[in-house]
Amino acid sequence: MKTTSVLAASAAVTCFALPALAEPQAEVLHWWTSGGEAKSVAVLQEEFAERGGTWTDMPVAGGGGDAAMTALRARVLSGNAPTAVQLKGPAIQEWYEEGVLADISDVAEEQGWADVLPEQLAAHMKCDGNWCAAPVNVHRVNWMWGNTEILEANGIEMPTTWEEFNAAAEKLQEAGITPLAHGGQAWQDATIFETVVLGMGADFYQQALVELDPEALGSDTMVQVFDQMRTIRGYVDDNFSGRDWNLATAMVMNGEAAFQIMGDWAKGEFLAAGKVPGEDFTCAATPGDGFLYNVDSFAMFDVGGDEDKVAGQNLLAELIVGPSFQETFNLNKGSIPVRSDVSLDAFDMCAHLSAEDMAADAEAGTLLPSYAHGMALRGEPAGAITDVVTAHFNSEMSSDEAVEMLVDAVANAM
Amino acid sequence: MTKWLENHVPKLVLAPSFVAILLFVYGFIAWTAWVSLTQSRLMPRYEFEGFGQYVKLFSTPRWDTAMTNLAIYGILFIVISMALGLMLAILLDQRIRVEGAIRTVYLYPMALSMIVTGTAWKWILNPGLGLEAMVRGWGFESFTFNWLIDPNMAIYTIVLAGVWQSAGFVMALFLAGLRSVDGEIIKAAQVDGIPHWRIYTAIIIPSMAPVFLSAFIVLSHLAIKSFDLVIALTGGGPGYATDLPATYMYAMAFSRGNLGQAASSAMVMMAVVFAIVVPYLYSELRAKHD
Repeated sequence: MKTTSVLAASAAVTCFALPALAEPQAEVLHWWTSGGEAKSVAVLQEEFAERGGTWTDMPVAGGGGDAAMTALRARVLSGNAPTAVQLKGPAIQEWYEEGVLADISDVAEEQGWADVLPEQLAAHMKCDGNWCAAPVNVHRVNWMWGNTEILEANGIEMPTTWEEFNAAAEKLQEAGITPLAHGGQAWQDATIFETVVLGMGADFYQQALVELDPEALGSDTMVQVFDQMRTIRGYVDDNFSGRDWNLATAMVMNGEAAFQIMGDWAKGEFLAAGKVPGEDFTCAATPGDGFLYNVDSFAMFDVGGDEDKVAGQNLLAELIVGPSFQETFNLNKGSIPVRSDVSLDAFDMCAHLSAEDMAADAEAGTLLPSYAHGMALRGEPAGAITDVVTAHFNSEMSSDEAVEMLVDAVANAM
Repeated sequence: MTKWLENHVPKLVLAPSFVAILLFVYGFIAWTAWVSLTQSRLMPRYEFEGFGQYVKLFSTPRWDTAMTNLAIYGILFIVISMALGLMLAILLDQRIRVEGAIRTVYLYPMALSMIVTGTAWKWILNPGLGLEAMVRGWGFESFTFNWLIDPNMAIYTIVLAGVWQSAGFVMALFLAGLRSVDGEIIKAAQVDGIPHWRIYTAIIIPSMAPVFLSAFIVLSHLAIKSFDLVIALTGGGPGYATDLPATYMYAMAFSRGNLGQAASSAMVMMAVVFAIVVPYLYSELRAKHD
């Protein structure tokens, strides 16, 4: 015991200054339990152990993180918070406001995070100016995936405007092919909705779904968005209700449908099935300029000054943002590294496109947080918007009615 | 000493469970009521805020849908389960052969969990997999049965699955009730030459009033608590067309991080249960006093 703690301490001290003789410990709450994700976490776990840390794994699967959040709430209420928790977007700020997050600015400054992370993304990791979370990856949400064989056979290019998309879809329908693979779950409806909103302009997206400006929400542009949603509703098959996203991806893979609009975790499915980007399937941004990001991160919780745990937190934060984990993890997950200085040689063409667009959009100010994936808004207004979107998509509601409901719902949720 | 034990042992044995119920049932009802009057979000906060959460609740269209669905589902589920259960019980009561086997067949769905029922019906009702695909496969190309994906009809699929699950149980209750009616009265009626159906409508069924009441209470609390069936069968969809108060509460508490809103919806649900149970308790207690 004595020797390990000395070893651990010396290992830690050689890397960066830590409180003397601390034995890094981390209890990590996450919901990465499916195949590729679990593998990626195991990589982190190994790196952590190599540096002398003790990792206590606390995976809580189910409900897209709902179950994990329930567990977290119970732990925080009992005054025994885990060291690090998979949290993202405004949820980090919400927990910060409950006064339970730790400050990891020392590591962040030590490691020069400010120089390698895009500013917009770094802002999510800060609580009142201090770093309180470590980013893992960047998913792009506004992707359109296509089956190359179908597209070539019908002479269709990846659409760059929604009009082109509609024209392509009509053509596919005449040929007896389902144009769009989609699963009728509220978050998937919301995913399509936000890409359509983005298609109306990045400024409009910013006003409507980030700032929740009532004028933008109630505007004629929003009516057009819902009109397009109604049109898209006509392009999905009859059997879409409740379908999981990966089954929709499989439809594109198997040639049952031509397109899918989904974040780049869908690419993981294609790759896992042995499909090659550029040959079997193709990727393009959805119509319109901009980049909707969904950044996974780990928030560090206040551990009450326990030296071992603080050391564990710091080590974990360093490793998560470190280049080697960034590369391994993102190759498995389908996303791209959050650091701008990681070599992309091992990544595929879609990841390259994603990285280039991210840099360009960050420059142009069109790098925007995804609302459907909990990056732009807090739980309540985001949920209220999703309710309206999914109610409209799954009924005969008119666009005007939907816009009216949207304005009311958002006002009610503020 | 034995005298003292005789007097006090029952109290001592009951005390722990009494304390547990006081704390974990009534204590937490009080706690929920308090949280529903605050602006709690992710974590409970205890500053009193008034009835804002209730105002918000009743101005939310999704809650309206949930309450309307509860009314549709509750009424149809209770009425159809009871009618079907009574019919099955009367038919089984005709001293038929292999009654035991048939009774088991009807009672068997009760042995399944609601999740299993919901998942099985989800597949049966899925237009691309189940009934519709099968009948079309037989050559009836125009056959459509797509309630599951029709937001106006989806709630009725929940009624269907719920009734399938519970009708057998109601049948067993009624069968026990039918068998407990005094045979002498029935024989007397038969001697008087009263037709068979009249014996049921005028003698047996009226004397089964307590069984009706128990069946109603059991079914109505099943209806109000319904959660797993909806989650498994439709997931609240299409859209939120099949949301019930319980699924609304779950969404608010665990997905939306809005404990105050969830607590207020829980209190309204409890009020609905009380509205049903209190008259029942009242009539029970009054009957005992008489």
